[in-house]
Amino acid sequence: MTAVAVEGARARRLTEWVLRVRELGIVAALALLITVTAILEPRFIEANSLRNLALNASIFAILAVGQTLVIITRNVDLSVGSILGLSAFLAGDLLSGNQDMALPLVFLLGIGLGAACGLLNGVLVTWGQVPALVVTLGTLYAFRGLAFLWTDGRQVNAETLPDSFLNIGSDSIAGIPILVLIALVIVVLVGQWLRDYRPGRELYAIGSNPEGARLAGVRSDRRVLVAFILAGALAGLGGVLFTARFGTVDATAGTGYELTVIAAAVVGGVAIFGGTGTVYGAALGALLLGTITSSLIVLRVEAFWQQAAIGALLLVAIALDKLVAVRIEAALRRRRSARRAD
Amino acid sequence: MTPAAFDPASEPIIALRGASKSYGAVRALRDGTLELRAGEVRGLIGENGAGKSTLVKVLGGVVRRDDGEMLANGESVDFHSPHDARDAGIAVIYQEPTLFPDLSIAENVVMGYHPRGALGRIDRRTMHRQVHGLLDRLGVPLDSDRPVRGLSIADQQIVEIAKALSFDARVLIMDEPTAALSGPEVERLFAVVRALQEQGAAILFISHRLDEIQAICGTVTVMRDGAVVHDAPIGDMTPDDMVRRMVGRELGALFPKQDARIGEPVLKVHRLTREGVFVDVSFEVRAGEIVALAGLVGAGRSEVARAIFGIDRADAGHVEISGTRLPAGRPLAAMRAGIAFVPEDRRLQGLVMDLSIARNATLTRMRALTRLGLIRAGAENRLARDWAERLRLRYHRLEDPVGFLSGGNQQKVVLAKWLATEPKLLILDEPTRGIDVGTKAEVHRLMSELAGRGLAVLMISSELPEVLGMADRVLVMREGLLTGELSREEADEERVIRAATGVGAAA
Repeated sequence: MTAVAVEGARARRLTEWVLRVRELGIVAALALLITVTAILEPRFIEANSLRNLALNASIFAILAVGQTLVIITRNVDLSVGSILGLSAFLAGDLLSGNQDMALPLVFLLGIGLGAACGLLNGVLVTWGQVPALVVTLGTLYAFRGLAFLWTDGRQVNAETLPDSFLNIGSDSIAGIPILVLIALVIVVLVGQWLRDYRPGRELYAIGSNPEGARLAGVRSDRRVLVAFILAGALAGLGGVLFTARFGTVDATAGTGYELTVIAAAVVGGVAIFGGTGTVYGAALGALLLGTITSSLIVLRVEAFWQQAAIGALLLVAIALDKLVAVRIEAALRRRRSARRAD
Repeated sequence: MTPAAFDPASEPIIALRGASKSYGAVRALRDGTLELRAGEVRGLIGENGAGKSTLVKVLGGVVRRDDGEMLANGESVDFHSPHDARDAGIAVIYQEPTLFPDLSIAENVVMGYHPRGALGRIDRRTMHRQVHGLLDRLGVPLDSDRPVRGLSIADQQIVEIAKALSFDARVLIMDEPTAALSGPEVERLFAVVRALQEQGAAILFISHRLDEIQAICGTVTVMRDGAVVHDAPIGDMTPDDMVRRMVGRELGALFPKQDARIGEPVLKVHRLTREGVFVDVSFEVRAGEIVALAGLVGAGRSEVARAIFGIDRADAGHVEISGTRLPAGRPLAAMRAGIAFVPEDRRLQGLVMDLSIARNATLTRMRALTRLGLIRAGAENRLARDWAERLRLRYHRLEDPVGFLSGGNQQKVVLAKWLATEPKLLILDEPTRGIDVGTKAEVHRLMSELAGRGLAVLMISSELPEVLGMADRVLVMREGLLTGELSREEADEERVIRAATGVGAAA
């Protein structure tokens, strides 16, 4: 029994180490990036600059949380950028038409619109049994097309929006921007749900072995549907916040966000084949990607290199993940043969 | 070893009456009739393809029966999902792996039913304590916190069993739970099964090992060709009876093996070994001879064939074709030496479903059909038409995708593809699985004809009638070892099954 206990402790240390190191790695990369940029351009770490950094990353982090839920189930949602666009314009359109509209209602409608879009994705994936890649590629274009039809070339400007709304995008509570607070609350809520609640754990099971989950009595379709609805709802929330932060919205809001968001999740350690990863990692990934972009701008690096840097980061993250996975598997197998040999 | 007393007149916890299930044109289950009562351990036996696993899946809510009736405590029920079956107190250990490699052993065991504490949060401490208790009961010191990825097959099986035991099941169904376990682990499992039985659970135990059936079961149900054909207390049946009931089929004139002149050895397999799969396998196949490799699924037959052809590399031993030693692990060299290999899964390994019949049939002769790197369509069609005629292929147009053909005709295209290389040795893995009876006879006729022309044939088959009808010689494998060699005259169903299951001494 003591041998087992010792072995158990060792295994626990190993798994814990891996989980922690994955997120610590991003934190370390972040620290390195900020330090180097600060040495080259001290203004980079002025309060205002850091504040902007956090603000920019917030919306991406919220979307990355939703994306993580979907990716964990071995699916993907390419339509989040388009959903954000729809909901951003909805919020802008409603408020510029009626300045006195209750803000919670605006948020509710934006989130509801996103959830409805997510529901459509989820229904097509689960009941329609169409691969998520194809479904959400289709809705990426469909939702964007809808936005163009609806806006009809119009644009919402900050002057037409009530100040109380725009303040959400710029004000702080106790020195922390409201946007950042919202993102933090969402990350922690969803993170805990994934870690400590049955439906959250079932998402991991579905992604790890879809057929096995079904045989174990997991209601897979229902869970996947919920993941898509949540991803849509969070994209809807992101849309309302987008309008609050930038004030100017047209039909192209959020174009291309989906790829940045997926990149953030993958950099943050969410395996694209499902089954592993946390929203904390994904949110840190979003922060890292945002920071790289900002620091390259501050350092006046050309736009082309910014793109290339993000691409390189993605490849490094994937390569490291693969390396770690191979190492762990080898370690686990060694331990097994040691036990068998006893 | 005596089964605990149970009341045979009591209301069955779960009963299945006349259940049937078809997959397309294949009737996997024709008449599933079974009753499970509190405190009984019932064995379910039958040949491969007899419908055992389908019956299990119906009981487990994985597939829905087409017809028939299911009763739980006398009331008609209908399971729409595995969840429903579980709610009805039915736990199933399936043959297929159902584990989540990324998650911890503990979470694998309790998935969907995690113990919960305050605010509905998962209580990890309780979870680990429960799972630890289960693993202790099974006597296997596994750390419940490590991920399942990297566990041995045996340990994975233990986790599957722990999963089934993790809730208060009133019915426990085990589809070959012992296949990957060692002796002491099997004993521990049996101890757990007996304890459950004493607590009043009903257990359905599926195994190919008849000694295990005798050791643990009180009653036995025998299935054959998708139907339950016999049901009796274990005391009323000897292993010989069980074997007879499992087979119990007349050998018709379906298998027209002609006598062929047996020539020189074409294939010599010398002490071939692949660590953990098969050990020290030696045999030869002569020109004009059909040799069958019989045994249960998982005995290592397909693996031997794959090693001969060089898909998997053998750890020791070697293969000779007409006296020339083949390099290990080189399928291309095996092809050049004259081996043709028709794999078990023709959809995945034998055909390119979207390509035309003609292209598939001539794939192995591509080089001979090209000029300056371009395929000559005329030559391709001529060769394909020639083979189609010789094999009596039924098709609409040679340009149709091969996926349009029926299973039997697809198999003929695979054969054409390989026969076009003019091989000396033809290896067939389950040549007639999933093929209708008529086409089956044609495939058999063809095999016989090819042997008559001096081709050496090595056939792997799980269908005993096919083995006995077609083979000049039968080799039997069990758990990676060659356990029997029977001439055509010696070979009968009982002898083959004895050698395959290890019941009694081979006569």
